[in-house]
Order: sequence, then structure tokens, then C-alpha cells
Amino acid sequence: MSAPAAVTLEAIGKRFGDGPGAVQALTGIDLTVGAGEFVSLIGPSGCGKSTLLRIVANLIEPTEGSVQVNGKPARRARLDQDYGIAFQQAGLLEWRTVQGNVELPLALHGLDRGARRAQALELLDLVGLADFAGHRPSQLSGGMQQRVAIARALARRPALLLMDEPFGALDEMTRERMQSELIRICAETGAAVVFVTHSIPEAVFLSQRVVVMSPRPGRITHVVDIPLTARDEDTREAEEFFGAITEVREALRGRTKVEDEP
Amino acid sequence: MRTGAVWGGRIFKGIWPPLIFGVAFIALWQWFVDARNVKPYVLPKPSAIWEQLREHHSTILSAAWTTGQNALVGLAIGLVVGVLAALLAARLRALDDALTPLAAAMAAIPIVALTPIFNTMFASTSSTPRRLVVAIYVFFPIFVNTLRGLRQIDPVHAELMRSYAASPWTTTKVVRLPGALPFFFTGLKIASSGAVIAAIVSEYFGGLQKGLGPAITSAAAASAYPRAWALVTAAIALGLAFYIVAVLAERLAMPWQRPEGAVS
Repeated sequence: MSAPAAVTLEAIGKRFGDGPGAVQALTGIDLTVGAGEFVSLIGPSGCGKSTLLRIVANLIEPTEGSVQVNGKPARRARLDQDYGIAFQQAGLLEWRTVQGNVELPLALHGLDRGARRAQALELLDLVGLADFAGHRPSQLSGGMQQRVAIARALARRPALLLMDEPFGALDEMTRERMQSELIRICAETGAAVVFVTHSIPEAVFLSQRVVVMSPRPGRITHVVDIPLTARDEDTREAEEFFGAITEVREALRGRTKVEDEP
Repeated sequence: MRTGAVWGGRIFKGIWPPLIFGVAFIALWQWFVDARNVKPYVLPKPSAIWEQLREHHSTILSAAWTTGQNALVGLAIGLVVGVLAALLAARLRALDDALTPLAAAMAAIPIVALTPIFNTMFASTSSTPRRLVVAIYVFFPIFVNTLRGLRQIDPVHAELMRSYAASPWTTTKVVRLPGALPFFFTGLKIASSGAVIAAIVSEYFGGLQKGLGPAITSAAAASAYPRAWALVTAAIALGLAFYIVAVLAERLAMPWQRPEGAVS
């Protein structure tokens, strides 16, 4: 038997508020993310992609439909710490050291000091910050802080990583470097990723599938497969990369050049 | 240590502007009183005040010690009660609804009017009324600021703690308490020098004839104006000492608030 799907969404709907003032944020969302698969959610502001991510994380409850994470109900998965999460803001605790921040989820899960320390240093090594374990977050650049946040999200070795525009506040150069880092980290950890982004090249570079959403109410309009042969620095200048970008862009504009509408 | 030296250097640098201003101000004062021949009961010369400070230093010190003790004990009581009340109010909505108006009412108490009442409640040789007045004065800024700090939480931290399935108490311990420290210390800094003022004011309304308040009254009654001014100077120094201790405590408690040059 193969591993259960990382995420299974069935007929998800989300309404905020009641009565005439209610807003239908999401409707009829069906999506499956396989184990180890990298899927991006892309769409204009207000299409509900961040809301959808929070529903997967069980930070908010859907109004309709069912959510399964690692074959469990989303709430159970959250209580079991089956996923790691990273946001646009690194959200580090400024009074803790870099290492202390990475240790936080481990400490909350009752790991003893020695194990925590060893694991945190290993994770910091994974994100290339082994030399900064004792620094304060305020001493790090934005990109470094975000790497600490990723290390923290990976702390419990989750099978699923949820990321809400984690590189959105970074400059273009740092952003591209972080994307390559993320590809490497995912290859090393084997984690599935649900990645929310505004950037078409970012979504294409990182993902095996790009889920295109449209607003009012938020729904999935296209799912674009990205069959890149490689994902390295040369990819960014490759013909197939630009081809895939065009395909996603067309899908975002609502042209039905893409056949595999859900 | 390098960082220690940098920190020391910053304090040293920060000391110059107020020091130069203070010295210039005192020189100007001295010159003005001399040049215009101002009578000592209107405004004594700084040099005369200094002489009085030296001459009566032991009585001034003991008066300041008495007042300082009252201020310190009152501050400690108000601080502990204020922080505990803020912790409870932050956790329990119902208690918050009850405590916040009560705290506002306490802030509106004219402490001057309260002193005579406390004086009749306790023995006339007791320092307790004064300490209670200080505690009441201190309670409000500590309570309000700490509660505000405990309430505000970075939305990212809130979502993160929820994703960790952390209990409310864990969230308080890990995120809210450290996050409330800057607010708490804002309250403490306001309360610290205020505690000394409250202690002195409370001394004016009967009870023990000890402390800076009665000493100032009796010096003024004896037309010993430079001595009265010397005592006022001591009161200022005491208030400043309380404030400085609060600032140092803040720095010790929050070393992360001291940026030491970011690496990038």
C-alpha cells in the first residue's frame, strides 16, 4: 500500500459571516496533493488561496466539505503536528535565539534538551545557517529569518509543508536563491508542499502542478502540470520553463488553451 | 567584552548633552541670582543649596531613606498586584470586565484625600498608610500597560501557536509574557518616579513626621529656604534613582532589544 495522499480536499466551501453580508470565499474545491508532491496555489488577491491553505492547516474550519491530511481529519493532523507551516512574515520570537526558535516546536512536543539541540543544529545546517545558531533574529537579514522559519517548519520532520507566500517579502535575487534552496530541502526531506504565491515564475519553477484559482467566489479554474526535466539555475532560462509560464499565465487570464480543466 | 564596551560607550555618549545642559543651567541660575540680587526666599543660589546639602547631608539622607523605603515597598506591592491582576484579566474575559473599570476608578482616586483616611485607619506611628497610597498610585500604570501587552499578540505568532496545538497557558508563557515585557516596563518607568512623588505627597497629610515631605515643610516654616531647596533636590535625586533602576532592569530583562549590528 502506498503512503496516503498528503492532502485530500472534497467539495470545500467557506463562507465568512451570515445573512446578506456574508462573503463566499471558496466554493466547490476538490484537490488531492500526493505524498511528496509540490503543488502551488496561484491566483489574484481575494481568490481565497491563503484561506484554503489555512483550512488545510486547520487554522480555520471550512463551512462545507471535508479535509484529510495524511489520511486523517485536518484537526487530528494539526494535533499530531503532521504538518509544518511558514508564513510571509518569518514570525520568529525575537527574544529567543535562532536555535531557540527552531527548538520551539520540539520543546512544545516534549523533546528533551539534548535531542532538541541536536535536531535544531541539524535543521539549521540544512538551511545553511549553522553558524548563526546563537544569533538573535533581529541580527539576521530578511532572507535569513525566512530560512530560520523554514527550519522551524521542518522541525517535526513533517510529511507536509504549508507555505503562505514565504518569499513574498524578499528581493528578487534572494527569492530565486531561496527557491533553489527549497527544491533541495524538499528533495532531502521528501515532504509534500502546498505553496501559495503571487508569482507565476516562482510557481512554475517550484511545482509539479500549479493550481490556478479565480475570485468571487474563490474556486479552482485550472490545474496545470509542469513537467520540467530539471529544476536548477539553467531551468530559469530554458524554453520549457517559459512555455510553462505562458501556460499558467493563459490559465490565469481565463483562456482555455489548457485542456485539463477540473 | 566588545559588546559591553559598545554599550558603555553609548551610555557615555548619551550622558553628555544633559550634563552640559544641566551645568549651563546651574551656572545661568547662579549668575542670574547674583546679578539681579534675588532674595533667598524667592530663589536661593545653587551654591547656597549645595552648602545646605553638605551641611545637613545626614538628616537629608535619613529623610530620603524613609521616603525611599515607603516608595519602594508601595511600588513592590502595586507592581505585584498590578501584574497579577493583568494576568488574570488577560485570561478571563469576565474578570477583565470587572477589573478594568475598577482599575480606572482606582486611578481616579485622589490619593491626597485618601491619606488622612488611611491615617485614621492605622496607628499614627505606622508607615503603612503611605505605602498603601504609593501602591494604589502604582497599580494603574502597571496594570493597564501589562494588560495591553498581554492582549496584543502578533497574528503570525497566534497562528503558529495554534498550528502547534499549544494550550492557552503555553501560548501565554511562550509568546504573550515575553511580548508584554516592553509594555510592562513602560508602566514600571512611569510608576517608578511616580512612586516617589506619591510617597512624598502622602507625607504632607499627617501621620509620622519623618521623610522628605515633613522635612521640607519644617524647613520652609523656619524660613530656611536653601535647606528646603536642598531637600527638594534630594527628592528629585530619589525619583531619578528609582527611574534609572527601572531603566536598567528593562535592559537586563530584554537583552534582545539592544541591536548589536545586524549581519546580512
